[in-house]
Amino acid sequence: MTWRRTLATARRVLEQLRHDPRTIGLIIVVPTALMALLAWILTDADFHKYGPPLLGIFPMLVMFLVTSVATLRERTSGTLERLLSMPMGKGDFVFGYAVAFSILAVIQALVVAGVSFLLLGLEVRGSAWLVVLVAVVDGLTGTALGLFVSAFARTEFQAVQFMPVALIPQLLLCGLIVPTDELPRVLEWISWLLPLTYAFDAMQHVAMNPTPDTRFWIDLGVVAAMAVALLAAGAATLRRRTP
Amino acid sequence: MASGGTTPGVAAVSVAGLTVVRGTVTAIDAISFDVPQGEVTGLLGPSGCGKSTLMRAIVGVQIVASGDVTVLGAPAGSPGLRSRVGYVTQAPSIYVDLTVRGNLRYFATILGAPDDAVEQVLDDVDLRGEADRLVGQLSGGQRSRVSLASALLGSPDLLVLDEPTVGLDPVLRRDLWALFHRLADAGTTLLVSSHVMDEASRCDRLLLMRDGHLLADGTPAELLARTGSSDIESAFLSLVEGGAA
Ligand SMILES: Nc1ncnc2c1ncn2[C@@H]1O[C@H](COP(=O)(O)OP(=O)(O)O)[C@@H](O)[C@H]1O
Ligand SMILES: [Mg+2]
Repeated sequence: MTWRRTLATARRVLEQLRHDPRTIGLIIVVPTALMALLAWILTDADFHKYGPPLLGIFPMLVMFLVTSVATLRERTSGTLERLLSMPMGKGDFVFGYAVAFSILAVIQALVVAGVSFLLLGLEVRGSAWLVVLVAVVDGLTGTALGLFVSAFARTEFQAVQFMPVALIPQLLLCGLIVPTDELPRVLEWISWLLPLTYAFDAMQHVAMNPTPDTRFWIDLGVVAAMAVALLAAGAATLRRRTP
Repeated sequence: MASGGTTPGVAAVSVAGLTVVRGTVTAIDAISFDVPQGEVTGLLGPSGCGKSTLMRAIVGVQIVASGDVTVLGAPAGSPGLRSRVGYVTQAPSIYVDLTVRGNLRYFATILGAPDDAVEQVLDDVDLRGEADRLVGQLSGGQRSRVSLASALLGSPDLLVLDEPTVGLDPVLRRDLWALFHRLADAGTTLLVSSHVMDEASRCDRLLLMRDGHLLADGTPAELLARTGSSDIESAFLSLVEGGAA
């Protein structure tokens, strides 16, 4: 792995996105529109309750999908195979994507949070900037998960199959539908292995508490550590040889 | 079939007892041959006979069942080979949402190629006029030339080209074959596949394949003499029918 190749890859991914306004729209507009929809369908009280956690979940979902599709295209087009036959580190590929998409995650979080707080009237007890911070880390985690899943897949078909498998259990177990401590014991244990659970907990914490306590920072640290671990695992499992 | 040919100097590629299974198909069945250095070797055979699979094994991106593939003195796929072997897949593997130059600049950085390499290969494949167009707006033939140009960037010692001239107009096809021979004259080894038998006459050596097996290995003249045929297509037929006896 070299900085030169990692950064060249990040720049290349951003340059591709520049020619692909629809994907940028998907990253920025879709989570914002979903928040607007929530504001519209929920009562004020419910919006203040569910709005913040979803403001963390939407970026993660969208970044997961965009990253998965981008890397799937890289597989389908044969460019991944070409890169891996070149003196390209597996880490260059994975971290190059991560750098490019973390820039987008920052823009995304600023827009979604900005619109939610300034136009949709979202309110939290804690700092709005912490909400932005959690949303950025969540977006990055979505990217890391997308990269890991596509690296883990051996074929295009597997990559598509893994997408819902990586996503749906997290949504069911993160605490959004049933608080994690009310889940059956085994499911509760599983939920503490999934990044979305910590992301949800952190966001809920900012929504309810004026100042962040240790648990908030632990949550955030765990999500960030999981993102880094997923990226490293993605780089480690990417295979130069395929069937 | 074992090759009786002598290999002058060192072989650029040496394949020994290679077998590759893809899904349920034995795509390559116990194949052995050598590719001499500094020549254009054609890998000819009908669609589905295993050309792409064999090339993938040589480049080191194919999981193989058994056998040895040695490339430029090292096992295929060794890290040290990655900057010495250029590979062009059958379908153009380039970014459609980048310009031609954007693609080449990126691959040049990955290969650590010098700055002037991009302009050089644009001339080699005659795409200077399209350099700033998005690849997505180019024709299929132009895309495959961008893909070829990307592999030329690092001046590799071995070029593995999977059907690089398919679908190109005859003038371009002639120009590319001229380029391949210029590269070979400068010492590059080229392995070029095609399912079109009439490209055989443009190669220094031929590997004829069918159904995962190697039918023949030699110069075009040797193959014609051995089979008593007037063209490679009939030589192929006589090898298929003779092989059954
Ligand atoms: N990804 C794959 N999975 C399973 N079988 C494959 C795959 N690719 C090719 N094959 C099979 O391997 C054999 C050789 O294919 P290939 O090497 O692509 O031939 P060629 O390049 O000569 O047309 C064929 O029988 C083909 O169906
Ligand atoms: Mg093929």
